[in-house]
Amino acid sequence: MFELSEAELAALVLSLKIAAWSTALSCPAAVFFGWLLARFEFMGKALVDGLIHLPLVLPPIVPGYLLLLCFGHNGLLGKYLYQHFGISFAFNWKGAVLASMVMAFPLMVRSIRLSITAIDQRLEHAAKTLGATPLRVFCTITLPLAAPGILVGTVLGFSRSLGEFGATITFVGNIQGETRTLPLAIYTATQSPGGDDVAARMVTLSLLLALFALAASEMLNRKLLKQQGKHHD
Amino acid sequence: MIDVNIVLQRGVFKLAASIQSDMLVTGLFGPSGAGKSSLLQIIAGLVKPQQGYIRIGDTVLYDSSQRLNLPSHQRGIGYVFQDALLFPHLSVKNNLLYGYRRLSGKPESIVLDDVVALLEISHLLAKNPQQLSGGEKQRVALGRALLSNPRLLLLDEPMAALDERLKQQILPFLLRVRDELHLPMLYVSHSLAEIQFLTDHIVFIEQGQIRNDAETESF
Repeated sequence: MFELSEAELAALVLSLKIAAWSTALSCPAAVFFGWLLARFEFMGKALVDGLIHLPLVLPPIVPGYLLLLCFGHNGLLGKYLYQHFGISFAFNWKGAVLASMVMAFPLMVRSIRLSITAIDQRLEHAAKTLGATPLRVFCTITLPLAAPGILVGTVLGFSRSLGEFGATITFVGNIQGETRTLPLAIYTATQSPGGDDVAARMVTLSLLLALFALAASEMLNRKLLKQQGKHHD
Repeated sequence: MIDVNIVLQRGVFKLAASIQSDMLVTGLFGPSGAGKSSLLQIIAGLVKPQQGYIRIGDTVLYDSSQRLNLPSHQRGIGYVFQDALLFPHLSVKNNLLYGYRRLSGKPESIVLDDVVALLEISHLLAKNPQQLSGGEKQRVALGRALLSNPRLLLLDEPMAALDERLKQQILPFLLRVRDELHLPMLYVSHSLAEIQFLTDHIVFIEQGQIRNDAETESF
């Protein structure tokens, strides 16, 4: 059963590539916003918080459509980026990365924010009185102590990107070899006569991927907690 | 040596404190909620007062009339908190060295070997903070603050979380810091006996006000 056809293999590789790019590009911004929301009170905080979390509660087709309006060939930003930098997000894998980033971002920010909120702020104060600049406090105290939460956020984001469907199909379509990721391939298979075998194979593959990601994160998390001297129940 | 005069208004709580001291150790005594910790946080630069000034020796750390406010990390104020606050992800040795500053060849600068010998913590260096007892943690926290070579050491009820037996294990080390390193200290406590053990100069603080300033002998 596990002889993957060329198209199926392409969907798997494409999914992994898009999820990896999406996670890698979102992570620094997610850490920044998680830290901002956890540690500061500022004007418009509720608005920033709301905007970040919006994709979590909207039907995914809505962010997809908005992305199309902004970054499509005739979109406000899309037109500018294409004319001045030759960058295009329309109907290619880079657009799929963008869609995944928007959808996975709230999950990453949430988990990172929680882990930073849980850090005793007095540890940061202690570091300051020992002569550490704000940047050094962030890099040597906040970041390492938040590492387990950042890891969980990253795995959640990666898994969410692997599963991204609605925003992707709306924004960049379902193009074999370019934007047809695993979920889109499953959808295509279920829509074609006699596609049940293909669908079953891809569903199994998705399950295995998700389980693998969860197991890997659990192992890394244990290792991190052990390093910090905490014991995991 | 210490010259502080500040006003902090936070909601209904008002702290107006003025402390002048040339003694090596100054005790700050008062009930909980009197503003002792707030005063230390202000001196360390963790909280900004509304007005006043803070001078340690010839260095001005804060002066509202000159709009001068040195950030915490430039003040050189050592701070020992009630619950040691060791960094949980670093070994004892790396905790000690976190703020270590070499004072470009000055003979009086405090180095790791001195602190380890003074506080008798050489057997703890390779351990994690989680493996230490309360008294050991507090000694490491003291060592960590000393190694940042501060101009002033703030001690915020450093023994409040310890039982009587452990207190007796810490006090001699504080005496050693006073007598061997000659580092100015501001020692906060709600135990008068503890303060009297270290100094004759006590400042009383109550409901945000300095009540009077006296030598301990008169009590």
